[in-house]
Amino acid sequence: MSDTEFEGIVASPWSGGASPFAINSKKLGMWLFIISDSLTFSALLISYAYVRLETPNWPRPFEIWPAIAKSSLMTFVLLSSSLTMVLGVNAAFNGDRKKTVRYLIATILCGIAFVAIHATEWVTLLGEGVTPWSNPFNPAAPLFGGTFFGLTGLHMLHVTIGVAYLAIIAWGFGKGKYTAEHVEVSGLYWHFVDLVWMFIFPMVYLLSVNPK
Amino acid sequence: MSSHAHTGGSTVHAPMAEPSGFIRKYIFSVDHKVIGIQYFLLALTAVVIGIVLSLLMRFHLVWPNATLPFVSGGQMSQEQYLALVTMHGTIMVFFVLTTAPQGGFGNYFLPIQIGAPDMAFPRLNMLSFWVTFLAFVCIIAAFVVPGGAPISGWTGYTPLSGLGEISGPGEGWGQTLWIVSISLFCLASLLGALNFIATTIDLRAPGMSLMRMPLTVWGWFVTAILGLLAFGVLLAGGILLLLDRSAGTSFFIPAGLVVNDQLQPHSGGSPLLWQHLFWFFGHPEVYIAILPGMGVASHVLSTFARKPVYGYRAMAYAICAIGFLGFMVWGHHMFVSGMSPYSGFAFSVLTMSIGVPSAIKTFNWLGTLWGGKIQFKTPMLFALGFVSLFVSGGLSGLFLAQPAVDNMLHATYYVVAHFHLVMGVAAIFGIFAATYFWFPKMFGRMMNEPLGKIHFWFTFVGAYCIFMPMHFIGIAGGIRRYADASAVGFLAHLQPVHQFMTIAAFITGAAQLFFLFNFFYSLKFGPKASKNPWNATTLEWDTDSPPPMDNFGGHYPSVYRGPYEFSVPGAGDDFIPQWLEPSQVARAK
Ligand code: HEM
Ligand SMILES: [Cu+2]
Repeated sequence: MSDTEFEGIVASPWSGGASPFAINSKKLGMWLFIISDSLTFSALLISYAYVRLETPNWPRPFEIWPAIAKSSLMTFVLLSSSLTMVLGVNAAFNGDRKKTVRYLIATILCGIAFVAIHATEWVTLLGEGVTPWSNPFNPAAPLFGGTFFGLTGLHMLHVTIGVAYLAIIAWGFGKGKYTAEHVEVSGLYWHFVDLVWMFIFPMVYLLSVNPK
Repeated sequence: MSSHAHTGGSTVHAPMAEPSGFIRKYIFSVDHKVIGIQYFLLALTAVVIGIVLSLLMRFHLVWPNATLPFVSGGQMSQEQYLALVTMHGTIMVFFVLTTAPQGGFGNYFLPIQIGAPDMAFPRLNMLSFWVTFLAFVCIIAAFVVPGGAPISGWTGYTPLSGLGEISGPGEGWGQTLWIVSISLFCLASLLGALNFIATTIDLRAPGMSLMRMPLTVWGWFVTAILGLLAFGVLLAGGILLLLDRSAGTSFFIPAGLVVNDQLQPHSGGSPLLWQHLFWFFGHPEVYIAILPGMGVASHVLSTFARKPVYGYRAMAYAICAIGFLGFMVWGHHMFVSGMSPYSGFAFSVLTMSIGVPSAIKTFNWLGTLWGGKIQFKTPMLFALGFVSLFVSGGLSGLFLAQPAVDNMLHATYYVVAHFHLVMGVAAIFGIFAATYFWFPKMFGRMMNEPLGKIHFWFTFVGAYCIFMPMHFIGIAGGIRRYADASAVGFLAHLQPVHQFMTIAAFITGAAQLFFLFNFFYSLKFGPKASKNPWNATTLEWDTDSPPPMDNFGGHYPSVYRGPYEFSVPGAGDDFIPQWLEPSQVARAK
């Protein structure tokens, strides 16, 4: 009958009265958000794979210079921002407000740089005549532009939101309104957005390098 | 205050002072109870609209040439009929069956049943509701925009839904609003799901282990997991469809499509892709609609049979199994869409395997009733009705799960019969059972029993009269979504069956007035409810009716036993609440 006794189950972290993962609910919430958002991105990437496999002669227009060089630079920038983010979280837990804010600002600047370089990419492609509904490389594969702009666009939106989010956190943490935990949770989001790019970069760019 | 509010580093909010202004208290409230009622009222509004639409459809099927006062041109066109089909399905599936059980009752009772003062993220909760509300405004706006409501069904099948105005009235503005509405709904449901999961994991009272959670909580919890995983995929589909319509892409539209004699400027896409995205969401969605109802049925059956739920653990595991399998069967909606026989076979076997946990649940419900001292109160009647409808509708699913049989039955009234019994009406019965059961707690007054019983019998018999004959029409080849079957040679002789169903529908629809009257009358004039009018065992009955702002009035319950301790041998009462300390339990004399 131990099951009907209160004491019988206190041993387990799942028996109520405490968070079983010993993390605060905000963090758990962010993890859950990441799960659901990764499903949205997965669905988009799978859709991309689906139409790409279905289309003969999917265009592979990206030259090493400038497209791949630029996107590699973007990858580098984004990876660096993850590093500064980690340092920022670390500083926050060490209680060093100034340092935290500085690292967060570095992260934000990387994010802005990413979006800026990406924007030049978009402009170049649009200039070459790539639109969501057509492209000059292979008119029989009109979805080349749609998938490119759709995937990178949604990702860019995530980066932009991330930049704003980090700005709020940096501001609030500097003022003492937010705790290190807030910084950590925003870091989770930022790393996630980074991770998504690690799928988009190979699938959208590297798989479309001009074979010549 | 107990240690509960600040343990484990979880950020539970200390009991908040009740806001005083009307707007903060009832409109932009962060109190999960108020938000639950808001969801409930939204669903109530939606269901009234949905029923009116369905009655118009039933009317048109029987009297296709009747002149109607509110239809421009007098007679309803076939496109208008399709608009009714689409809006009825969309409103019912999303804004009633997804909104009331989860957003409504889940919001209200999940925190109380696990002994928490509120949701983990109260402000996010408010946001979820208001985004849902915005989604509802969008879908209703589709009625009044130029071209009117969309015509592509609740499944929004492409290419019809992707082409714009050229493919029919309602496919311009109306369809765009449909997509916007559904995408907003996805967002809101994602946020809601996240909140439910975090709450269930983090905020359970001391002693409320997973295996002591009421089965309602299990239902809401697993439903939230399904929502978290499924709505994101539909959101992706919605984004792509919106791009197809407004940015000129062709994700879902193949080349060489000629619509209304015009070659469409699209190429390269695949309508099948939409079907995959939609049904990857769509099948879990049907369980999102029914799992909370299953929880409520278990809860209510046990309470009014005065017996523990038979096989509690098996019930909880079955809910999980159904949720898990639910993600692997979406292909059964696509057997005739050009699927390889091998995948068809796999989807068929997986689909039928859901029958196993479903059967476990059914037999355990019967086991719960077996030998019980059954009290036939209104909530109990609706819970029994739920079981009946779930079985009747689920059995036809097993036939549909055979690709060879489905070749014939797909897109006929047989499918309509299947999903209305098993999802539509069964889930509605779950909602009714929940309403009659929890009304005293939510509003502090009892509902009227005789009126409730009248409502039950009309609805129960009515539902069978409407949906049973549909099986026969389907087997005879009656195709769903046809505006006028009387014009189709081999179906014309079935018109009398349609007439019977229409009459039954009107009577059943009218009988819902018993419910509406009972609801609003009891709100004001019902006899006052005590704390625990049903002698039930779970935590919501440990607090006032209605509960105070922080749910338990400053004290937080601890939990000492499982949720369904009825008729325990040796105990003085026939129920032992979860919150009662072992020393307080009365012994039999
Ligand atoms: C053992 C249980 C079940 C089996 C084997 C089953 C099987 C199927 C199959 C094969 C179809 C596709 C028919 C077609 O379109 O040709 C179908 C449709 C459907 N089922 Fe079930 N089903 C089961 C239980 C349920 C439950 C519990 C629900 C909801 C709560 C549900 C809701 C639906 C809906 C809404 C549709 C039709 C959607 C549409 O085309 O508009 N089913 N079912
Ligand atoms: Cu299904």
